Amino acid sequence: MNNGDGKRLNGEAEEEDEDDLDGEGREAWERTYTDERSWESLQEDESGLLCPVDDKILHHAQYRRRLRSLSSTTTASRIQKGLIRYLYIVIDLSKAAAEMDFKPSRMAVVAKHVEAFVREFFDQNPLSQISLVTIKDGVAHCLTDLGGSPESHVKALMGKLESSGDSSLQNALDLVHGYLTQIPSYGHREVLILYSALSTCDPGDIMHTIQKCKNAKIRCSVIGLSAEIFICKHICQETGGLYSIALDESHFKELILEHAPPPPAIAEFAIASLIKMGFPQRAAENVISICVCHKEAKGGGYTCPRCKARVCELPAECRICGLTLVSSPHLARSYHHLFPIMPFEDVAPTQHKLPKTCFGCQQSLLSSGSRTTLSVTCPKCRRCFCFDCDIYIHESLHNCPGCESLRHSKSVNTAEA
Amino acid sequence: MASAPSKLYADDVSLLVVLLDTNPFFWSSSPLPFSKFISHVLAFLNTTLRLHQLNQVVVIATGYNCCDYIYDSSSATNQSSGTGMMPAFCSNLLEKLDKFVTRDEQLEKGGQEGGIASSLLSGSLSMALCYIQRIFRSGPLHPHPRILCLHGSPDGPEQYVAIMNAIFSAQRSMVPIDSCYIGAQNSAFLQQASYITGGVYLKPQILDGLFQYLSTVYATDLHSRGSLQLPKSVGVDFRASCFCHKRTIDMGYICSVCLSIFCMHHKKCSTCGSVFGQAQSDVASTSNKRKTPDT
Ligand SMILES: [Zn+2]
Ligand SMILES: [Zn+2]
Ligand SMILES: [Zn+2]
Ligand SMILES: [Zn+2]
Ligand SMILES: [Zn+2]
Ligand SMILES: [Zn+2]
Repeated sequence: MNNGDGKRLNGEAEEEDEDDLDGEGREAWERTYTDERSWESLQEDESGLLCPVDDKILHHAQYRRRLRSLSSTTTASRIQKGLIRYLYIVIDLSKAAAEMDFKPSRMAVVAKHVEAFVREFFDQNPLSQISLVTIKDGVAHCLTDLGGSPESHVKALMGKLESSGDSSLQNALDLVHGYLTQIPSYGHREVLILYSALSTCDPGDIMHTIQKCKNAKIRCSVIGLSAEIFICKHICQETGGLYSIALDESHFKELILEHAPPPPAIAEFAIASLIKMGFPQRAAENVISICVCHKEAKGGGYTCPRCKARVCELPAECRICGLTLVSSPHLARSYHHLFPIMPFEDVAPTQHKLPKTCFGCQQSLLSSGSRTTLSVTCPKCRRCFCFDCDIYIHESLHNCPGCESLRHSKSVNTAEA
Repeated sequence: MASAPSKLYADDVSLLVVLLDTNPFFWSSSPLPFSKFISHVLAFLNTTLRLHQLNQVVVIATGYNCCDYIYDSSSATNQSSGTGMMPAFCSNLLEKLDKFVTRDEQLEKGGQEGGIASSLLSGSLSMALCYIQRIFRSGPLHPHPRILCLHGSPDGPEQYVAIMNAIFSAQRSMVPIDSCYIGAQNSAFLQQASYITGGVYLKPQILDGLFQYLSTVYATDLHSRGSLQLPKSVGVDFRASCFCHKRTIDMGYICSVCLSIFCMHHKKCSTCGSVFGQAQSDVASTSNKRKTPDT
């Protein structure tokens, strides 16, 4: 790390320190006031009296701004959502991870951002899978199996946050290599190592392991939390991965989130293609059948639409006919990005025949006295909605209830699509 | 006065939002007449209201051309004191339902399409979710909401994306979508909706006993549901709709950029505009050297 970076880092660290001192120098009751900033929710009315801020209107204005900025950026970014990536996240929990140059400790910061990363990863790669591996006492250990559920990974990681012993890159790579060579061939194999230690304590020749990974087309990336190490750089160079060193917490967050979208090399290489996939039906719990993956007789599971073989989990490749099997709701989770609903418009105050209630939730639109601007209207179906519904519709529902309950607008919709 | 009712909102108070299918095309061909169906439903709604004095029932009609609220027990009770609960509540609902059906019919003249006669489930589902959000906003103590779809029309594949959006939103707010399907074939949409949100999907065998099905399976509040032996899932139909013809398919082609689903091979993705490379890129089978039988 060069001097300039070090200085910058120091400057920021001092700022943080100041904050800390501030917090410690005050009494507890003072601190609660500082944290809540209760004075900010007050404003003066016309006669100079203090009154609470009308946060409903404020909140709504904020949301409108966000919506507008969002709708201008979404068209620019086009990522390949259909790439199927198998990512092993290796977390170094050697004694170096307990160091406190990151507050409160390196591993706490790593865990916090891994959580955010896992969620972001599944948002951007709905068909991909993640597994967590930890290194502790020179031994690599698989914390969670490959899976598509962010909750189970996060839970497992939070339960195992203790550090001890040395770190071993070779053991970790050997373990991951063993698992990744078993995955279906259409998947992209990747390893992301979050490395705290400045050394590695290996049982054999790590160069041999790196070569093995290279041959297996495993892309290894490393984010270091201390300083640059030759062997890490070498791993990344050999396998086509990315090597970066985090300067501070926000930089670390930035670096780890860079790995959420598919790596540009793959994304460019993979030309847009149509992938043939099957949407298996889920069998009833009481219909017993032998699955092809474990050769066990059990109920539930999914039936391949082409050859009728039973598999236990999705996504998977049918072992009999080779069809890629996915759960269609998995794909559908990202469809609201494809068909966004238009931002609602303010209702012109001159408009006389306003409906009395919100079309969505039936809440009265006239309640708050003289101001009638408490409603918005959908530019397509011209139904009026309250502010709360406006936010809910655009942020979570992604359907306009008015447009959805009109058959004619629907036929217009399908003609466009 | 304000604090009194909030104390009473225990675990067993429910808000039941019923989506009533009024599609005339379905009911004209149904073995169970609409009037009989309504009498079963009214008896069931009355049971639900009587199970707890704070229970709330909202009925939304799912029509062929539009959807609308036809009953809300929280706003209706004030007007109907005196003549006794039962007839007032029924006449209230029936009157609104009658108006709705007439309006739905009047709207019909404009568009006429042959074949599929699905009703606007995506519309009524979206409205129900908006209403439930309002209940969530009303304060930390509120009745526990659930949605019951009393549906008979076949799925409208053109509503696929909208219905999936609604299902995911319900799942995020932990609102179960129960469904009682009285049509001939099982509904893939409702099976998925109930499976994903943790609701109950049921297709009654004997339609004359509809009230029994409704009262034994759907009347209990969510808290007590855990101790019941509810009907087990008979499987879930996870088929999707293709974006090109709105056909329901169990196998299809997926655009690797935007995940749009197509039933046949296209040169260009109609959703995101990507131009596809090779003709048939069955990634799995080519790299596996295991040739698929039907390619
Ligand atoms: Zn199995
Ligand atoms: Zn198969
Ligand atoms: Zn509203
Ligand atoms: Zn609209
Ligand atoms: Zn098609
Ligand atoms: Zn596309």
